[in-house]
Amino acid sequence: MSVKTKVGTTGKISMTTLTDPPRESFRLSMLINDTRYRSMTFQVMAFILLSLSVGYLYSNLAANLQAQGLRIDFSFLGAPAGYDINQRLIEYTSQSTNARAAIVGILNTLLVAFLACVMATVFGVFAGVLRLSKNWLVSKIMAFYVEIFRNIPVLIWILIIYGIMTVSMPGARPFLGENPDREMLFGMFAFTNRGVYSPAPIWGEGSMVVVAVFILSIIGTVAYRRYATNLLYKTGKLLPMGWPSLVIFFVPTIVIFFLMGQPIGLDLPDPLANRFNLKGGIQIGAPLIAIWFALSIYTGAFIAENVRAGIQAVSRGQTEAASALGLRSGRVMSLVVLPQALRVIIPPLISQYLNITKNSSLAILVGYADVTATLGGITLNQTGRAIECVVLMMLFYLTISLLISAVMNVYNKSVALKER
Amino acid sequence: MSDTHAHSVAFVRTQDVPMAPPPSNAAGPAKWVKDNLFATPLNGLLTLVALYFIYAILSSALPWILGGIWNAPSLAACRDILDGASAACFAVLSERWNQLLFGFQYPDDQYWRPGLAFILLFIAAAPVLFFDLPRKLLAFTAIYPFVAYYLLWGGTIFVPILALVGVAGGFMVYQRLVAGSFAAGFFGGIAAAFVIWIIGGWLIPDDASANAMLPAVPSRYMGGFMLNMMLGVTCVSLSVPIGIALALGRQSSMPLIKWICVIFIEFIRGVPLITLLFVANVMLAYFFPPGSGVDLFLRVVIMITMFSAAYIAEVIRGGLAALPKGQYEAADSLGLDYPQAMRLIILPQALKISIPGIVNVAVGLFKDTTLVSVISMFDLVGMIRGPILASTEWNGVYWELFGFAALLFFIVCYGISQYSQWLERRLATDHR
Repeated sequence: MSVKTKVGTTGKISMTTLTDPPRESFRLSMLINDTRYRSMTFQVMAFILLSLSVGYLYSNLAANLQAQGLRIDFSFLGAPAGYDINQRLIEYTSQSTNARAAIVGILNTLLVAFLACVMATVFGVFAGVLRLSKNWLVSKIMAFYVEIFRNIPVLIWILIIYGIMTVSMPGARPFLGENPDREMLFGMFAFTNRGVYSPAPIWGEGSMVVVAVFILSIIGTVAYRRYATNLLYKTGKLLPMGWPSLVIFFVPTIVIFFLMGQPIGLDLPDPLANRFNLKGGIQIGAPLIAIWFALSIYTGAFIAENVRAGIQAVSRGQTEAASALGLRSGRVMSLVVLPQALRVIIPPLISQYLNITKNSSLAILVGYADVTATLGGITLNQTGRAIECVVLMMLFYLTISLLISAVMNVYNKSVALKER
Repeated sequence: MSDTHAHSVAFVRTQDVPMAPPPSNAAGPAKWVKDNLFATPLNGLLTLVALYFIYAILSSALPWILGGIWNAPSLAACRDILDGASAACFAVLSERWNQLLFGFQYPDDQYWRPGLAFILLFIAAAPVLFFDLPRKLLAFTAIYPFVAYYLLWGGTIFVPILALVGVAGGFMVYQRLVAGSFAAGFFGGIAAAFVIWIIGGWLIPDDASANAMLPAVPSRYMGGFMLNMMLGVTCVSLSVPIGIALALGRQSSMPLIKWICVIFIEFIRGVPLITLLFVANVMLAYFFPPGSGVDLFLRVVIMITMFSAAYIAEVIRGGLAALPKGQYEAADSLGLDYPQAMRLIILPQALKISIPGIVNVAVGLFKDTTLVSVISMFDLVGMIRGPILASTEWNGVYWELFGFAALLFFIVCYGISQYSQWLERRLATDHR
């Protein structure tokens, strides 16, 4: 692809096009000297160059593939993968196909990206707000956090946190046996160098009813609050907000839970199952924790800067006007400053989410089985299908990016200041 | 009037009474502490929590760092010296500093070459970074790439000289032709450079590197922090012009060119750098002519340059969009054609607005050069994860090594971002 062809062009309204051009027959030099035809000339040249370079690359590719006796072929996706994946969200064995291994990887990528987005937002908002604190010490600590984490590669953070997880944590051994050396936290969580063991829910008979009731009560809470707000705006009558919401939120679920005979139980990590490892519960592997935590704390530093910039972008007059209306400082923040700051904060926030998704591909470093590690790592190495694997992997990331930026465009349209 | 008054009272002060000092809690350090640390009870609580937090970190980190051992042949020996105490084992840094900085294959007796190239980098970068320096220094900046290439790779001196002659010849042709039309100058210059390179390529004998003054070092021997610096500096400087071209292309009114640029930029920005490095590692070789054997360093430079060019293009597009429309119209009304308008009116302003963004991309890119360790190149992180942690002497020294790597990157990246802030203040010509 050529860079040069883009240089001479366009957009220029020269005098010749404004005055009536003298009638003259077409000459070849007009292709380059006449602005009416010049852009056409350049595009044709660009097209020829582009076709030539694509053709050249393609012929090289074909020649190289022929020399090695290869051809582009996606049938390897249907063949058994032949390797195990520890961390998985769906059923998978080493006999499953490569395609299924790729899907396990995709789900793992989405899982870690989602977890890291949530946690990075928490860190970022916390640090960004505290950085604007009037407390000198606190704001300096937060500035320190932001500078330290922004200026050191995320790769090093992933390795450091993975090191903390695997080197500094105890093994599973101290947690085992009748009288363990170490107590599990609340008797439920064990932090070992293989990861964190935590309880898993057991979905018994009738548990779906409880879940359904819980979802209904969430909807009920939202509906009640909306009704109360509407009533306030219409009639000025103020209903209590706090305790009725809590009652609607919790009581029906708890009542149904006991009426159905406690259908949801907890599967605790069992220290007595065998002599080597804890059994039962959910095991969140050390690689997942390392990549999750490192991405969150690294991206959190960037989000903190976005949050700070967003809050500072709301002009002082807004805060002062709100105070002059007699709003309390909490209300000033929630009703006046934040809604305006969000308009500034959200677009860079979403591009940070995009960065998290892309950076989650670094999980391959610590052995977390995301799509880069399964499709682009083991599958690629075992089958030797470099071009197919890399292309599929890129397509996946491209789809995610385009989806997220489409969402962002819709959001930007909806919050854009409505001007004349 | 005033006279009579003056005579009727016994005493009138002609000077102010000296001001009384403020109460001790309303001035000096006490007031500062009260205002900034203990303004409200909640604030005071936060301060105490923060103080405890700092104490907790320092009380464990400081003894560990200060009690560090700097002299030991291996981790086991280091643990013997420490005798159970918890302290750092910095001996790994003093023993392996050369590997961390230059990689494990660069010849020992040639370390002065990358060192000199590094020092010269500052001289070459100075006139670009600080406008007050004499413009004549830019001449050194122009020849620096060739000097640095010669120092790092060595071999026959004819290769960098030929490259330099080619570029100089191309530039001279450009100067001659640009008065007529920019396109003629541009393409003429490139053609002239290629002609010189091809003719010169025939003239250099094949075994010229055999008895070279500086022994040739192949690029697979490059490693350590040197590799990060090389990738960072090369790719950023190459990607700025490409980024400008892409940004202008994206703004073009010619649909074909616009869409080529849009697709390129969005594709590159939509995939992670690591997949592009996979392309460089396993896929790019398929697109070169069979048997050409382009080395991995060059392939990685190509991919990283494309990556950062796409990001820089977006930054510059922002700068172009921020210019008022009047600037474009004014350039047109002066009768400038497109290249002139861009070079003289639009780009100088747009680039000035884009500088902070470009520096951000540069910092991000420099941090991302550590990703090459994933495709088994031995940069700083690759050295730590590979040869050093895998060696029997230093297996298990995590914190000292990663701390060192983090410190190096922090110094460089923080330095660049401070420079960018200084530049922003410096370039702020609007008097608000």
